[in-house]
Amino acid sequence: MGTPAIEIVDVAKTFGDQTGATEALRGVSLSVDAGEFVSIIGPSGCGKSTLLRIVGDLVPPDSGVARVNGKSPRQARLDRDYGIVFQTPVLYDWRTVLENVQLPLELAGRSRQEREARPRALLRLVDLEAFARHFPWQLSGGMQQRVSIARALALEPSILLMDEPFGALDEMTRDRLNLELLRVWQESGATALFVTHSIAEAVFLSSRVVVMSPRPGTIDRVVDIDLPRPRTDRMRADPRFFELVTTVREALRGDPAVAGGDDSGRSP
Amino acid sequence: MSETAGAARADRAEASRRRRGALAVIGAVVVIWEGSKALFAIPRYKLPHLYEILADFFREGAGGERWFTIMAQNAGVTALESLIGFVLGGAIGFILAIGFAHSRLLERGLLPYVVASQTVPVLAIAPMVVVWLGTSWFSKAVIAAYLTFFPVTVNMARGLRAIDPDALALMRALAATSRQVFVKLRFPTSLPYLFTALRISATASVIGAIVGELPVGSRFGMGVVIINAAQYYNWQPANLWAAILVSALIGIVFYHAVAFVERLVSWRPVASTT
Repeated sequence: MGTPAIEIVDVAKTFGDQTGATEALRGVSLSVDAGEFVSIIGPSGCGKSTLLRIVGDLVPPDSGVARVNGKSPRQARLDRDYGIVFQTPVLYDWRTVLENVQLPLELAGRSRQEREARPRALLRLVDLEAFARHFPWQLSGGMQQRVSIARALALEPSILLMDEPFGALDEMTRDRLNLELLRVWQESGATALFVTHSIAEAVFLSSRVVVMSPRPGTIDRVVDIDLPRPRTDRMRADPRFFELVTTVREALRGDPAVAGGDDSGRSP
Repeated sequence: MSETAGAARADRAEASRRRRGALAVIGAVVVIWEGSKALFAIPRYKLPHLYEILADFFREGAGGERWFTIMAQNAGVTALESLIGFVLGGAIGFILAIGFAHSRLLERGLLPYVVASQTVPVLAIAPMVVVWLGTSWFSKAVIAAYLTFFPVTVNMARGLRAIDPDALALMRALAATSRQVFVKLRFPTSLPYLFTALRISATASVIGAIVGELPVGSRFGMGVVIINAAQYYNWQPANLWAAILVSALIGIVFYHAVAFVERLVSWRPVASTT
């Protein structure tokens, strides 16, 4: 198999301030193979965002190690291995849609030719070519998030980090963007780490779903999603889909595993 | 296309509405001014007729030239001093703001003195500055800068910090240098704050320049005109009123110039407070 794309070993993180300390993560280990799509799900405060940010070198762990593509997260960041999508689109209002997608290429000092060609191709990929000259505030929330995904892919990152990217969108838009994300992700070949608190979304997108529980944030269980790819909208009505959703839901509740899709081997 | 045409039409309607509003205000001022003069029998030395103030511009000065040329020359001097002071103060304020945004320690150390500098009346400082630097345009520009830098420092420092944490996280994830973060994120984010400050500073710089012209020794500028007119106020009140009008006009022009530049560079329609 070679080295995993993302490897987290016994990571712990505590946030402290005057009012006291919050143990965000304790003894978390996870290994993600290259090209996998792994979702992290759990209630608010379970440290799932923190875990994502430790992988992305946005937050340092207190103890334990994270390795990305066999390197430290810091080195991976400096090598620009990451594409990142936040819950809010984080688009710069003073830049057009096209200029927003160009930003990573500018920062990396890529050639003018590349700065022109690649963002246009990405906007075509997320079906927003017609809006290249618009400003972000002229777009709907769903469209803004598609721009943000296009921007994340601008440098052809090997790791795609997504922190509840569709959390603020309505259900229908979310379903549509899930399909679109899968299409874009498959084309990119990137390894995806996806934080969500929607069970259906996690099951639909992922090859594995990591279930976390809060205070302190720990991994309860990892559920293998054996739905075939490419995923289609019809699979949402598949009995197997429902089984897996139930498995994840029960894992979230802390119930013992009942249905299939069992995979406790990878979690500590 | 029709969308932009519609927007242009709405803009024109808005502009004509604003013009009508401005005219209505001027009309109201005339009515109240002359009305209260007639109603309460306010004497000339307290409130001259508006036409007397206007006529003052056409009066002949000591050298034989009309007062509007004298006013225009002095206004020009004051405007230039204000402009230089505005640019100077803006630059100093900007640099201080970057320092403050960069280092809490620097802010904590310097901010009390910056605040203190603004609590001292500029009227008390102006004579000293004129003694130090002479009665040339430079001392006036320095006094104008003294009033200008403060709003820029305070607002800009706040603007440079008003960054969405995720926008910073994005920059970090993309391995941006701190210079790139400043140029591509912090500076554009702070622009609305900067322009709010510049609007305040624009009028403050004119005040600074005029106050700088008040001390003995100055020969040109609206401050000089105001001092002279004040001495002869009982005898010739319209002269001071005319000087006030011209001074206000300089400030208004400055303010609108800043607002105009703001509209040119801003990335979003600016709320119309002009």
